[in-house]
Amino acid sequence: MAYVLGLRCRACGKRSALAPVHVCADCLGPLELEYDYEAIAREVRPEQFERGPVSMWRYRALLPLADDAPVVDLGTGFTPLLRADNLARALGLRHVYIKNDAVNPTYSFKDRVVAVATSAAVGFGYRVLACASTGNLAASVAAHAAKMDLQSYVFIPADLEPAKVVNTAVYGTRLVAVRGSYDQVNRLCSEVGDVFGWAFVNINLRPFYSEGSKTLAYETAEQLGWKAPDHVVVPIAGGSVLSKIAKGLREMRDFGWIPPGRTRVSGAQAAGCAPVSRAFHSGAERVSPVKANTIAKSLAIGNPADGDLALRTIRNSGGAAEMATDEEIVAGIQLLASTEGIFAETAGGVTVACARRLAAAGRIDPDETVVLYITGNGLKTPDAVAPVVAPAREIEPTLEAFEATMAGAVA
Amino acid sequence: MAAGTEVVVRVPAPLRSLTGGQGELRTAPGTLRAVIAALDGSYPGLKARLCEEDGSLRAFVNVFVDNEDIRFLQGLDTDLGPGARVSILPAVAGG
Repeated sequence: MAYVLGLRCRACGKRSALAPVHVCADCLGPLELEYDYEAIAREVRPEQFERGPVSMWRYRALLPLADDAPVVDLGTGFTPLLRADNLARALGLRHVYIKNDAVNPTYSFKDRVVAVATSAAVGFGYRVLACASTGNLAASVAAHAAKMDLQSYVFIPADLEPAKVVNTAVYGTRLVAVRGSYDQVNRLCSEVGDVFGWAFVNINLRPFYSEGSKTLAYETAEQLGWKAPDHVVVPIAGGSVLSKIAKGLREMRDFGWIPPGRTRVSGAQAAGCAPVSRAFHSGAERVSPVKANTIAKSLAIGNPADGDLALRTIRNSGGAAEMATDEEIVAGIQLLASTEGIFAETAGGVTVACARRLAAAGRIDPDETVVLYITGNGLKTPDAVAPVVAPAREIEPTLEAFEATMAGAVA
Repeated sequence: MAAGTEVVVRVPAPLRSLTGGQGELRTAPGTLRAVIAALDGSYPGLKARLCEEDGSLRAFVNVFVDNEDIRFLQGLDTDLGPGARVSILPAVAGG
């Protein structure tokens, strides 16, 4: 492990050796990876990443894997950072970028975290990969297990969108549909993990898993010419991605790879599941759990494990947290598609809708460089927009029939 | 006590060093606060792992009673009747 020192408890600071463990033995706080930052600052230069593979693995030195460890590579990461001038105009902003993580191998950002977790799991000698999922993690775990010839068990809420079920089952995983909410599925998986001893990517491998999200920050900075954006808008489910993007930016500033300064970090949630946004607006220091009820199922985590951390990260950065109704989410998906040609899943609709609210409220300055993180593909949740998109005009196969529809359109 | 008259408490793996490896404990009905105190009598140190010094539950500990998060019930004052099932779980990441 080139630069990894071990694990450290985020709550009490107690250090422990690298192991597939996510909880501090003393206080049950979450464990985080600890790196030799001085050595990284001394030995690693950002230019060397530019010669690396065109994937998230170009940042391998900053990920918790041994130099000689086999990594699972489906071609994840280094996704497009696209200037979005049409969307910017619609939002009343000037410098908007889309980080399009909808085009990863299984069509969501989850491939980043699962790539790291799977590689770590193989390194620890596991033969069975598992997860609790709202759908995106499910597909990613199933695909990575297939690639590494591991068995996999994927637990999902039974009411998940049909497309997400098919998108997972196709990889040949053992899919378990649980009659309950995601929070209940997660709880079940904690108990299953204690009994079966599998590599649950989001439970016992969580310290490794969550580090994969930092690559979203590294890529963004590199694609902006080793500069950080002034403001980022990130969807919140468990709160980990937002916190890890902030961590990645902080690391790069500490290493001197990007200019000093501050990036405001804002969070986006669905109104039907907005524990972090509600805490932000009420001034609470702690996030209280809610019962999720939203079309944005990939964000429907009522009891976010990293909610308190996300809340602190937002406040300390000078950002804000917003929430969008189901109608606004659908409109957000349509706005992004119709202005930028990018079809996002419901979580992307949440991000766009919340960016719109933040801009309208003056929480995003029109002159700021803003990056919106689009974390999942619209083909995963087509049912969300099917009722509102314009139907096809069905015609007879004759020129006259087509001209008749055009006459109507022109008139 | 006869089966069904006790409270059943599931213990997560990280706490089993305190319970002699047992994953399931049984005790008399009462409030959650009383149940934790009773278990701490049998397995000293358990309460300190779950609660802050002021007695409140630690930030990263989730407790469920019959599948419901106690924050949707009465927290540590939640009454646990005969046969109630308690799960203690550290918070986990999501997605």
